[in-house]
Amino acid sequence: MNNKTTNDPEKSALIELIYQLGDDDFILAYRGSEWLGLAPHIEEDVAFSSISQDMMGHATMYYHLLEALGEGEADELAHLRNPEAFRNAILLEKVNGSGTYLDKPDYDWAFAVVRNYFYAVHKQVRLESLRLSSYGPLADAARKIITEQYYHLMHWELWFKQLVTSTEEAKKRMFSAVETVWKDFGGVLTLGPSYSEMVKAGFIEDENLMKKRWLNRIEKMFQETGVPLQGEPLIESGNGRKREHTQDLADALATLSEVYATNPASGW
Amino acid sequence: MQAGLRFEQLTNEEKHQHFMERINRGEKIEADDWMPDDYRTSLIRLISMHGISEIMGALPEKEWVPKAPSLHRKLAIMAKVQDEMGHGQLLLRVAEDLMAPLGKTREDIMQDLFSGKLKFHNVFHMEAPTWGDAGMIAWLVDGAAIISQSMMLDSSYGPYARALKRICAEEVFHAQHGESIILALAEGTPEQRELLQDSLNRWWTSLIMFFGPKSAKETGNSNADKNIMYKIRTKTNEELRQEFFTKYIPRIWALGLTIPDETIHFDDDTQMWIYQDVDWSEFKQIVSGNGPRSQDRLDLRRRSYDNNGWVREALAAQKAI
Repeated sequence: MNNKTTNDPEKSALIELIYQLGDDDFILAYRGSEWLGLAPHIEEDVAFSSISQDMMGHATMYYHLLEALGEGEADELAHLRNPEAFRNAILLEKVNGSGTYLDKPDYDWAFAVVRNYFYAVHKQVRLESLRLSSYGPLADAARKIITEQYYHLMHWELWFKQLVTSTEEAKKRMFSAVETVWKDFGGVLTLGPSYSEMVKAGFIEDENLMKKRWLNRIEKMFQETGVPLQGEPLIESGNGRKREHTQDLADALATLSEVYATNPASGW
Repeated sequence: MQAGLRFEQLTNEEKHQHFMERINRGEKIEADDWMPDDYRTSLIRLISMHGISEIMGALPEKEWVPKAPSLHRKLAIMAKVQDEMGHGQLLLRVAEDLMAPLGKTREDIMQDLFSGKLKFHNVFHMEAPTWGDAGMIAWLVDGAAIISQSMMLDSSYGPYARALKRICAEEVFHAQHGESIILALAEGTPEQRELLQDSLNRWWTSLIMFFGPKSAKETGNSNADKNIMYKIRTKTNEELRQEFFTKYIPRIWALGLTIPDETIHFDDDTQMWIYQDVDWSEFKQIVSGNGPRSQDRLDLRRRSYDNNGWVREALAAQKAI
């Protein structure tokens, strides 16, 4: 499916921003749903699946905003776009580990905790900014989402703290996951090519300002828990905001649209 | 009980008699109350099996969570499977309290699951190869579960009865979620209807088996009879199966689906459904871990248990600080 184009640069920037927001939550919620039944304990399975469900709900809200802006039906946006039409950060599409969710899933809990914790902090920062967005429907959505996001952040923060301050093995695994995630977290923090239009129109604040807020919170946590500081977050695997993606996204989209794509016109 | 005599001083037989009087009066037994050993072991067997079935039951549906064919269905099935995990957790907590005096913990439950000692419901050993199965599980498997669990809402063991109240309330939503998937398919394209009929064909035998054999003859044990005596449950397997038929067969027919049993009909004389009985030796094979997906699903749990060993150690070390 092709995306509608508009000559209005402000509207294009708004649409671009909402795709980023929706696609980030959508793909990470999908990765979360793959963890179901595989979390370290049953209590975590319940909590994690609740968080993934919330995030999928947030993605749905954003896709409905896009629907209202003439981008097509929310379900089609989620299930029928090509990988090249997605704007999520590459870090969020990466697989949970080796194997698939059905076959020999050797998933990495340290990676899950670090990716989700870093993302939750960023999502919080981003939502705090979006609450004041000049685009009313987006500000309304942000206000709703932030009430749930508060608990997600608490959840991942607790896991992060507990694991980086525990056994030597846990520290080693967590520090290594921090390094891995750091290499691509810059891709989450950027707003992509039309960023100055987004900021000029007041849809969201300056990405550098938000990056600074994110870094402040993360570095404070690192200092409290003895995690080595990492410098500037990087964008090593490519920039998803420029629609660059990996095979991981293509594979995920093939799976999540497998049933829908057999007959998109039919009711399911 | 004789006046002035302390309960601890009674003989075991007297305690047992006192206990039976309590449950016959309809009183609820609580975790810290005295109970006969075989009442405790019956409860542990029943509740840990129920709890672990909820958890293993999340796995066939999990196969369809990422693939659910719309945002709405994705959200609904995520919520549903999360509920099932929550039920598992709730029930394991009840089982853990009962096991505590025996020096056992959740670790023992998990190890018993992995070794095959602790069994889980036959339905969760089966394949769920299509989206139709996701609907069928939620509609008919959860529908069957509601029937068998509802009869224990008044169970003599208070903590189990209370857990079941919440579980049954949520299961009703699951069955509605399942029914909604089924209706969408039934009203859909010929391919979608075929998907649905195939799924019913696949699940019918498992649904008959779900309630267990008619009598101890087929399995050689009498857990059901003992559970009735102790008022843990109130109905026999066959009574529950008949209730299931009465509730669901008309609905299945109303959707224009065919039940894969030509003999099935309601007999006016006996007021019973007559049906083709299943091969109970196959049932035994399945619940012993030899079903088509038994080992694959157990492997998923074993693998995640092994992969997350370092996390459990890290959490234990945190607690020790």
